[in-house]
Amino acid sequence: MFEKALKGNNYYWMWLAFLGLIIAIGFVSYLRQYFYGLGITGMGRDVSWGLYIAQFTFLVGVAAGGVMLVLPYYIHNFRAFGRITILGEFLAIAALLMCVLFIFVDLGQPLRAFNVMLHPTPSSMLFWDMCVLLGYMFLNILCGWVILTAERKQVAPPKWIYLFVYISIPFAISIHTVTAMLYCGLPGRHFWLSAIIAPRFLASAFAAGPALIVVMALILKRVANFDAGKEAIDKMVTIIIYAAIANMFFLALEFFVGYYSQIPGHMHSLEYLFFGLEHHGHVYNNLVPFMWAFILLFLVGMALLCYPATRKGSDLWLGVGCASIFIAFWLDKGIGFVLAGFLPNPTNEITQYYPHLNELLIAAGVWAIGFFVLTILYKIAIGVEHEIEA
Amino acid sequence: MDKKRRNFLKIAGISTLAGLGATTGLGRLVGGAQSAVAATEEAATAEQGNAVKQNAGDTPCVNRYGMLIDVRKFREDLSLGERVVQACHQEHNVPNIPVKKDEIKWIWMTHYENAFPEQPHLYLDQTNVEFQLPILCNHCDNPPCVRVCPTKATFRDANGVVIMDFHRCIGCRFCMAACPYGSRSFNWSDPRPFLDDATMNKDFPTRTRGVVEKCNFCTERTRVGLQPACVEACGDTKAIVFGNLNDPDSEIRQMLKQHHTVQRNPSLGTFPSVFYIV
Amino acid sequence: MYNGGKIITGLVIFVLLVTIPVWYNRGTTARSAPELVMPTNAKSCVLPAEEMRAKHMQLLNVWRDEVVRTGDTTSIVVEGKAYPKSLQLNCMECHTSKVNFCDKCHDYSSVTPYCWDCHIAPVE
Repeated sequence: MFEKALKGNNYYWMWLAFLGLIIAIGFVSYLRQYFYGLGITGMGRDVSWGLYIAQFTFLVGVAAGGVMLVLPYYIHNFRAFGRITILGEFLAIAALLMCVLFIFVDLGQPLRAFNVMLHPTPSSMLFWDMCVLLGYMFLNILCGWVILTAERKQVAPPKWIYLFVYISIPFAISIHTVTAMLYCGLPGRHFWLSAIIAPRFLASAFAAGPALIVVMALILKRVANFDAGKEAIDKMVTIIIYAAIANMFFLALEFFVGYYSQIPGHMHSLEYLFFGLEHHGHVYNNLVPFMWAFILLFLVGMALLCYPATRKGSDLWLGVGCASIFIAFWLDKGIGFVLAGFLPNPTNEITQYYPHLNELLIAAGVWAIGFFVLTILYKIAIGVEHEIEA
Repeated sequence: MDKKRRNFLKIAGISTLAGLGATTGLGRLVGGAQSAVAATEEAATAEQGNAVKQNAGDTPCVNRYGMLIDVRKFREDLSLGERVVQACHQEHNVPNIPVKKDEIKWIWMTHYENAFPEQPHLYLDQTNVEFQLPILCNHCDNPPCVRVCPTKATFRDANGVVIMDFHRCIGCRFCMAACPYGSRSFNWSDPRPFLDDATMNKDFPTRTRGVVEKCNFCTERTRVGLQPACVEACGDTKAIVFGNLNDPDSEIRQMLKQHHTVQRNPSLGTFPSVFYIV
Repeated sequence: MYNGGKIITGLVIFVLLVTIPVWYNRGTTARSAPELVMPTNAKSCVLPAEEMRAKHMQLLNVWRDEVVRTGDTTSIVVEGKAYPKSLQLNCMECHTSKVNFCDKCHDYSSVTPYCWDCHIAPVE
């Protein structure tokens, strides 16, 4: 089916070339980082995880979001999702590829990455993260490919594939739960030491993932003559709305726990994120604009998604609304969550984190690789759809 | 009853039996192995006098090396702190990196409110406002860093020392996130340019870029009968005392009995091996 | 042959590229086997020379895991002499020159072990 990706109009090739350029720049930047060391980034002794791990955390959520299409269709027989589960599965593959790449570029000794497999350590959540991420990627590749091939041949998919589809559902939940467990079991980081981290991750995943899928579906309607169907899009928007509200509810609970108990460990990181943290006469607030942008984008997105005229009447405003939600949760998880955990550090000192240019270029390169793979996969999926419609 | 219910009960019954049988069987096999290990452990510790039962640490150790830092001595001699840090960093080729975010430190002097952030800082006594004390890796008995390392590059050895295997570390920095005391440093670039060729300790390797490092309780010295470098730098002052916490007759245990000591952030359940007389 | 000219040209270039290791260093000194400067203070090593040549990296890995991970620093006893399990404190005591010993074979076989990123090579 790969031959479907080799035929496209000029816009398709220009888009791939544009992504290819970003990938090339990212690759050169990575070589610079590989030979100098991670000091070329903005990370340091106090903020030892930065942009890369933050992007990884967010993208695991986006990958998990695909389950919001698979679950209603395969378990609850929601027929309207029939055409677009493939979009969710392929998005999961691209997102997981980005996750693995972000971890790889973040490693100090990337050539030793296989040590995680050679010396399995069940007590380490990073080991389990590797297991479930690779497992889910394999499941999505298998299920997506087999079912798409069956569709192309216009036969029912083989019965044994449903076993893997059903297994992929708890796997989807597990990838984000295990990623949350990376954070919520660390005794020294009070911002992360909360049971609600995993539910919060899942809620924002189930909002951000489908939001991206809706935006993709609307774009595909425009450029590739692929209509996901009004009912499917509408149901996804409903899922996005409830998941987004759940995430904000959990965030509000975090605020309550921190500010009502007034315990510094629970309060200071939130204060740093949203209001600026005062420490020894200096106010640390470099992330405050991002967090309020997150709140604003969430409200704008919710308004656009809930108001019927924009939700059902206009593809453009629906797309803008979903994009707002996606960017809002990217700010929340991809920037706010990881960076604030390191501040204040275990010895009560404050170091703010600023990404460096090389780091941003590498991150852009990885995102471009993800979108490149996503474009190719979607081209294949749509090519098959058009073929069977003909 | 109808056939389907009968089948369900049959399958449920057999699965329960199989499950219980498998878990007990497995438990016996594993338990057998564990008791064999515990037996050899006890035989070893019994040789050193009354063995003290390990508290909640997950790896049973023969010895348990620990340190007692008498902060009062560091106040009496203000240059002692720097001498201790220099001794350690010199011995282990710890580079001196001018960029603060990339710095590497195994032991360093800091203020009371940074060493004990869970203690109150308001209306602190004058001595603790003015003077500093050394902090280092606590070589915890229940170390979160060991728990999270995905490759077992950091692990607890038979002496209770949390050791880094620089060959295996993949530089994921999960241990740095997990350490509740901020004891770990990462090599953000090649450390060699920041080391002086003339004064390097040729008997101890440097590290390469991309691995995490921290205090190792001078394992390379203690295994040949020497005291750790920081302890040696204190001379006769007994500002830092090093010994086997599992040996009730050791000097460190005697001093722990005589003085009131505190530990860093004890409520986290890490059971540090470093004690402070403040 | 259809397109014969391009095919023959392509084949010739391909064969030349693939046989580079055979003809590139013809006649230069890079072809000759490395000459090692042997240590003067000892006649025998921990293992016979052939075994060392084949297995010195495996030996060092085993020593490393024993010393670092298991804490087992018991010396290796060979022909009555006790050797510590260490590159810097044992091997380099006799093979004192990295340039004249280690690098000679490594350069010839184009191997760049990263031992020296950490372990301190003697100043030459």
